[in-house]
Amino acid sequence: MIVAEKKPIEEIIELVKDSEKILIVGCNECVTVCEAGGKKEVGILASALRMYFMNQDKDAKIDEVTLERQCDHEYLEEIRGRIDQYDTILSLACGVGVQFMAEKYFSTPVFPGVNTCFLGAAEERGVWSERCQACGQCILGITAGICPISRCAKRLMNGPCGGSTQGKCEINKELDCAWQIIIDRLKELGRLDDYEKIMPIKDWSTDRAGGPRKVVREDVMI
Amino acid sequence: MKTKTPSKLEKILAAGHLAVTSECGPPRGSDPKAITDKAEMIKDHVDAINITDNQTSVTRLCSLAACIRLKTIGLEPVLQMVTRDRNRIALQSDILGAASFDINNILCLSGDHQQFGDSAKGQNVFDLDSMQLIQTIRYMRDEGKFLGGDEIKRPPRMFVGAAANPFADPFEIRVPRLAKKIAAGAEFIQTQCIYNLDKFELWMKQARDRGLHEKVYILAGLTPFKSAGMAKYMKNRVPGMDVPDDVVKRMSGVAKEKQAEEGIKICVESIHRLKELEGVKGFHIMAIEWEEKVPEIVEEGGLYPRPKLESHSRG
Amino acid sequence: MRLNYPSNIRIIRVPCTGKVDLIHILRAFEKGADGVYVVGCLEGDCRFSNGNLRARKRVEQAQQILNAIGIGGERVQMYNLSSGEGPRFAEFALEMTEKIKALGINPMKLAKMKKVA
Repeated sequence: MIVAEKKPIEEIIELVKDSEKILIVGCNECVTVCEAGGKKEVGILASALRMYFMNQDKDAKIDEVTLERQCDHEYLEEIRGRIDQYDTILSLACGVGVQFMAEKYFSTPVFPGVNTCFLGAAEERGVWSERCQACGQCILGITAGICPISRCAKRLMNGPCGGSTQGKCEINKELDCAWQIIIDRLKELGRLDDYEKIMPIKDWSTDRAGGPRKVVREDVMI
Repeated sequence: MKTKTPSKLEKILAAGHLAVTSECGPPRGSDPKAITDKAEMIKDHVDAINITDNQTSVTRLCSLAACIRLKTIGLEPVLQMVTRDRNRIALQSDILGAASFDINNILCLSGDHQQFGDSAKGQNVFDLDSMQLIQTIRYMRDEGKFLGGDEIKRPPRMFVGAAANPFADPFEIRVPRLAKKIAAGAEFIQTQCIYNLDKFELWMKQARDRGLHEKVYILAGLTPFKSAGMAKYMKNRVPGMDVPDDVVKRMSGVAKEKQAEEGIKICVESIHRLKELEGVKGFHIMAIEWEEKVPEIVEEGGLYPRPKLESHSRG
Repeated sequence: MRLNYPSNIRIIRVPCTGKVDLIHILRAFEKGADGVYVVGCLEGDCRFSNGNLRARKRVEQAQQILNAIGIGGERVQMYNLSSGEGPRFAEFALEMTEKIKALGINPMKLAKMKKVA
């Protein structure tokens, strides 16, 4: 899922300090799961901002709503009826939702309330780590299910480098060396001989390098 | 053995001599004297001089320019090239730039992560890794084509090298990794600096068992300790480095003023021991910021004078 | 025990301090509380294993937010005691009241009062 982190409240205050009518919009999916932008977090932020404005001796209307998602037209439409009541939207969705909101409500300022971090999984409550860089050409079948692009700091296709130390990456002792894990798994699967196969030069044109990407599925378009 | 390039280093190795290479780090400025002065110190004691490429991700004068500078004073450079900072266009372009000055040796590396240097907030590239860079240069040289498929006018004629680190983890794939680099096209290897001779000999034995020592020229890397502090630093703070306790003890057991001398002694002893090791075809002496000691090490190591090649050598 | 403690304290009972969420603390201040304190069992003695540890984390979060918005994080505190320690409860109540008196009225209310005036 998309993992995000709450922006520091000082930063959010800086963004909205001159607003008078704010709608804080949460999202019920990824940002709820990583406890950054769901209904709960919307409530907390709203309460904090109300107190901020009261303390500044300012009147501010601060409302809350949490949509199922902010990356689908249908859900964003749900607030069309009330959008004119606000001078600011503070979206706690990931970068995708914030942008979709801004595109849809073109004349209302939309500000982000979270920092979108990466595609990842929950290792345990409160700890999320990156697993995928959306390169567009998944090689997990060859690398025993571990991605060197998202988990190797140098995205080496033929690792490990000479800095791998006791299974950890040279840049951080807490970071697993992806290639150590790949080797361990190849061993476990009885495929250690595959290690010597040279991975060819990657086609990065389906990655960010190729430009903003799009998927079009004629078969499901109406 | 036949040579495939005009490289002097290749010729020396092909003739069966133990080769000696060393390295110079370019300056953090634009003064060419900083390179030529260092090179002058060592030029009669080595067959080729490596120029490092923004080593440890610290921005320095580029390796290519420094190599060209060496060519202008009649010396044989080894262009070190990391894939951290350049995409495939720049890599191929720089290779042609080097070839245009008849720089005939290249060492292919991935490169230390930029976190270590002065640009931790910068991007890194890694369009290719070191393995793929080796393949690329061989392709450019032997097929005469760019990666994209177009013909190269006057293809590079470079002797292609790679690094090997017998001391990084996991040990069990370090020889398979050597095999992989050979399969990718590496023709010579310079290893990470050796302090754990037992481990190195084990790695070498495993390499010999697979016949790899005959497919590639392996140059043993050595770096003399300047002090016990340096030994401890390298033991504890440098990833992929193996400094055994008894070596640190040996350095610490000597008075401070005598430690530099002890470090050189250890280095020279290693040369003598490794000369006897089957598969070692030369030495890569990395005396970082201590280049003035290279002549002494080479001489004490019994590697002086360096062989002279005839200008019409067969091969 | 019928011990005395200041009468300005409004007690809200919960089955475990783990039930107290960040929003409850913030709402209390929003509605005009000058201080909030959360009293839970001794760490390690929580009947529900770690409810009081969660409460502590939430109190810390509340402190951060209150500091950032200018209300003051010292106005919320976490205390731990065992249920038999009646006198300690009264002690905490006194300590908290003194602390809040020293800090003064919730600054938000000051702003409101100025407006009315």
